[in-house]
Amino acid sequence: MSGPATLPAPEARQSWLIDGVVTAVIAIGAWQALHAYAGEAAIASPLKALRHLSGLVATAGFWSHATATLTAFAGALAISAALGIGLGLVLGLRRFAGEVAEPILSGLYAIPKVTLYPVILLIFGLGLGAKVAFGVIHGVIPITLFTLTAVKGINPVLIRTARAMRLSQADTIRTVLAPAVLPEIVTGLRVGFSLTLLGVLVGEMFASQRGLGFLIVNGISLHNVKQTTAVILMLVVVAVAANGVLLWLDRRFIHRP
Amino acid sequence: MTRERAIALTRIAWLAGFVLLLEAVCRLHLVNPLTLIPPSEMIATLWSMLASGEFAGDIARTFSTVAIALVLSIAIGFALGVAVHALPRLRRGLDPLLASYYSIPTFVFYPLFVAIFGLNSVPLIVLGMAFGVPAMILSTLNGLDRVPRVLMRTAQVHRLGRLATLAHVVMPSALPYLLTGVKLALAYAFIGIIAGEFILADAGLGHAIAYAYDGFENRTMYALMLFVLVVVTGLNMTLHAWEGRLMRRRARA
Repeated sequence: MSGPATLPAPEARQSWLIDGVVTAVIAIGAWQALHAYAGEAAIASPLKALRHLSGLVATAGFWSHATATLTAFAGALAISAALGIGLGLVLGLRRFAGEVAEPILSGLYAIPKVTLYPVILLIFGLGLGAKVAFGVIHGVIPITLFTLTAVKGINPVLIRTARAMRLSQADTIRTVLAPAVLPEIVTGLRVGFSLTLLGVLVGEMFASQRGLGFLIVNGISLHNVKQTTAVILMLVVVAVAANGVLLWLDRRFIHRP
Repeated sequence: MTRERAIALTRIAWLAGFVLLLEAVCRLHLVNPLTLIPPSEMIATLWSMLASGEFAGDIARTFSTVAIALVLSIAIGFALGVAVHALPRLRRGLDPLLASYYSIPTFVFYPLFVAIFGLNSVPLIVLGMAFGVPAMILSTLNGLDRVPRVLMRTAQVHRLGRLATLAHVVMPSALPYLLTGVKLALAYAFIGIIAGEFILADAGLGHAIAYAYDGFENRTMYALMLFVLVVVTGLNMTLHAWEGRLMRRRARA
């Protein structure tokens, strides 16, 4: 479901950095080779894309599209996180309900949710609401599943202690469960972050007049491949950087060795 | 056993209740029929559509594309997994890539794939493999890592050759984990390919659904959606059950 969460030892950190740089260099080399193979009309070269991107970020039109995507994404992520963590905690605490719901959730996770997009458009209409809803249906399930698994895997001694101390359910969640399951929830949020972004962008690519997803498809239909390549480059860099920051926070403060 | 049955029955009751609720909401005209149609009508439309063979071409197109992407994901992912497992330094080098790969919204590459490969099945296959190959690599690595050392030593004691060890010891032990990879590759192939067909394509189930949506053909749209969801869920559940059986057998052995 997610990438591996292996923790590099301190001395391995430097080689990790070198490996990252090597990976980036190989990726750029492959991009350049693809450009040489497919030609100017299909994919812009790394240098051209970068130059076009630097021109693009100077225009106000670009920022209105970027803001549209960011607004939808922020809303969708906030709803996914609140809903997913809440649902995961409740389902994890009530074993029976959890076991009833878990296969349904995994089933929902594995279906092509794009097919449901027209229903969402019919309910919310074209615009921000539909994009947020589409981001939520992608992001909420992994966050719920990670939280649910974390609560189920919690040391039963902790729960029994809380019961012996007669803590109410709200107090149990706040003082015992939440700290114990935090690492898993952070991993779930990282996966949810990526999938919510994916959902919002797919929504924009299919039916929207605004947003970065729209710019990508628009570039192709106007034979402006430079624009498509530049926006994709920016999205990939932002997504990888955001993931890197979340991974770093995770290692620095939560999964501390 | 009774608890497991109670769980299964409750699950079925919830799902049935949800379908009945949809039916009731539609029949009582609480929602606009232009937004949602009753499940019974979806089934009836789907039935007549399948009988008339109207969408046989789209169905065949999508399923053959998924099949190709799945076979390629499994073959490439397994081969790369075995190779990476044999080279620990490369494996460590791939760590940063694998840690950030899943954060990339792969679908944004689809229009570029279309520009590069043309509007045919090739960009869809590439999109379908984009998540399937790494999932298969990770599952292969996982399976190979978990071959019990005592089994490997037994193979050594019996002086099995490299290939014989692979065929009689490694593969049977790693099989359940490989099947997990196959299950994920199948789910990702469907997700990627139907999404690609949805965004930009000339045929296929995703395209048919998007086309029906654009033409306000609600009955067709809902019937096709139901078809996709039922078929994909059925396939996923079959693989899931098989995986569970293999895991249990491995645990017993």
